[in-house]
Amino acid sequence: MDMVAGKVKMTQQSVKSAMNPTDMLERPIRLTARDVTVHYGAKQALYGISIDIPDRAVTSFIGPSGCGKSTFLRCINRMNDTIEGAKVGGTILLDGEDIYDPALDVVELRARIGMVFQKPNPFPKSIYENVAYGPRIHGLARNKTDMDEIVISSLRKAGLFEEVKDRLNEPGTGLSGGQQQRLCIARAIAVGPEVILMDEPCSALDPIATAIIEELIDELRENYTIVIVTHSMQQAARVSQKTAFFHLGNLIEEGVTEDIFTNPVNKQTQDYIMGRIG
Amino acid sequence: MNALIVAGLLLVLLGVAYQSGWSRSRGLVTADGVKIHSRPQYHGSFVAIWAMVPTLVILGLWAWFGGGITRDYTVSLIPTDIMTSLDQVGLNAAIARIGALASGYGVTGDSPAWEQAAGDALRSFQMLTFVGVLVLALVAGGAALVYARSRIDARLRARNAVERVINLALLACSAVAILTTLGIVASLISEAFRFFTFIHPFDFFFGTVWNPNNAGSAGNWGSYGLLPLLSGTLMITAIAMLVAVPVGLMAAIYLSQYAAPRLRAVAKPMIEILAGIPTIVFGFFALVTVGPFLRDMGNLVGLTINATSALTAGIVMGIMIIPFVSSLSDDILNQVPRTLRDGAYGLGATQSETIRNVLLPAALPGIVGAFLLAVSRAIGETMIVVLAAGNAPVLRGSPFESVATITVSIVNQLTGDTDFTGPQSLVGFALGLTLFVITLGLNVVALYIVRRFREQYE
Repeated sequence: MDMVAGKVKMTQQSVKSAMNPTDMLERPIRLTARDVTVHYGAKQALYGISIDIPDRAVTSFIGPSGCGKSTFLRCINRMNDTIEGAKVGGTILLDGEDIYDPALDVVELRARIGMVFQKPNPFPKSIYENVAYGPRIHGLARNKTDMDEIVISSLRKAGLFEEVKDRLNEPGTGLSGGQQQRLCIARAIAVGPEVILMDEPCSALDPIATAIIEELIDELRENYTIVIVTHSMQQAARVSQKTAFFHLGNLIEEGVTEDIFTNPVNKQTQDYIMGRIG
Repeated sequence: MNALIVAGLLLVLLGVAYQSGWSRSRGLVTADGVKIHSRPQYHGSFVAIWAMVPTLVILGLWAWFGGGITRDYTVSLIPTDIMTSLDQVGLNAAIARIGALASGYGVTGDSPAWEQAAGDALRSFQMLTFVGVLVLALVAGGAALVYARSRIDARLRARNAVERVINLALLACSAVAILTTLGIVASLISEAFRFFTFIHPFDFFFGTVWNPNNAGSAGNWGSYGLLPLLSGTLMITAIAMLVAVPVGLMAAIYLSQYAAPRLRAVAKPMIEILAGIPTIVFGFFALVTVGPFLRDMGNLVGLTINATSALTAGIVMGIMIIPFVSSLSDDILNQVPRTLRDGAYGLGATQSETIRNVLLPAALPGIVGAFLLAVSRAIGETMIVVLAAGNAPVLRGSPFESVATITVSIVNQLTGDTDFTGPQSLVGFALGLTLFVITLGLNVVALYIVRRFREQYE
């Protein structure tokens, strides 16, 4: 236990601007979930999840495979709508507005809540077009100059611009895995979202690319509310300020990251952090 | 009957050989408890292969040379005084009669005594050679069996040997396809060259008049200009593609992206049934229904449309090709990874934006492949055109008139009595070669496009 805590402390030091835990709790709440349930056909995947996601901070969902953390993440931007037979119950509020309100336009919602996926999934288009795609479908740029600006600043924010500035017209699929993932982050940023959801964004990447993405996430929280699903406890400890532990479709424990890792209240959380459930 | 006996004996030999190899192999294990290199099944197969090879070789040699030997023997049965009175045709007739007498089938009328005697002699000769060859083959097979069985020991690499034989068998099977293709191409080319000794290639490829003189002789062969046929073919193909590609692609998009699973489960097989309708039925449908309908519609708007026209044939052919395009495109669209779709949805793209901007570009190489496959199919299609295009090999630009295609002209030139001595029938090979080159070219282009896009997108 102490050993893990020590390790967490050590890695936390590497984060540039570690946030004061109390400061984190005082942050305004951006997203509120109450009693969220998900059924896939007859099978229930989530059992009444209630959690608050703070503004401009990184919240991580951890837990063993199949615990429902990705399912919950996909509820937040209604990606479960695209899965046949998925049924979502409960309420999720974004700035007090119910995102499952039938009057709400899901396309608009997804423009406000961007998503980065487990496997880098650049479109079969050029690097430039990958980033420009979102702004284009939402009509964010009035002309070519506008668009150039959006693309370049998005690539900059994703820390990719310097590496690709000479080959913006080459296919995005030709980049390395880590670069592709940063391209996907740039693509998400380009739409101007307020929340970015990341579904195990580093699970297909090598340690160096992972470190770069983690650093990027830390920078992005200045401007975005970030929710990240990860199966790496170290990663959760390194990048997030708030952590929620899921197990078998239930939210077991949530709180300030440091507390969860050093002083978990729940026995199951302890077991998971100690590596007894995996 | 004889073939059944041979097959039965071969099966018995195969079983005996396999069993003997297998049991000897099993004996090895129990006897010394050593580790054998190959499992007993391989030893069994090893002996079986050894036993089959000489047997099949001997039977094959007899199948190849036996006919000639029998014929020579039959000829020797004909008395010399009769022999001298026979010309080539008479000799063949006599041989056929003797063969018929020997087999007891197909004898009509009385036959002279010498023919009866020859028939009897031939019958016993056939019996003798059949049994002799069979026994020889089986003895050789048995000897090989015994030899192979004696070679079995723990270290024999039977598995490697058997797998090498399987390897060769697989190679032989693929060689069949390749050699057939090469053979067809070679015969097309050589016969086409024979055609070009009658008609200058320039007159063929660039001639604008198609008017073969089927009863003609040297100096009066008629005209064999390809262009009217080529233009008819291309026109009908283009019309067919204009119908099939949009409809097929849209159907594929609907089925793969929008349709509810239950509807899809019904609709997809239904569309594929369309592909199973014989083309002659489509042709009939074109001739009886679509052609007159188009003519009447043309009258309404003041257009003169022939009931049998490029338009009729093209539209019906397009309908026929829809399932090819839709079924292939549907599979291709479903193969686009789900993560790409999610990526677009995650950016707030609508379903139609996702389909237009992400799915279709990602699926494009496959769709182009499907398209070119459909074009090849349309170019080679015959029956619909025979019935619905009107068979008017005239160079025209209007799709409302009757046309003729390359395939139809091949049918016209090769049906009836053909002796392949004049350009009237040999032109079929030149036309066939032209079709072959066109489809080959399309396939090459398709491969090139697919590869280029794949490099770019994967």
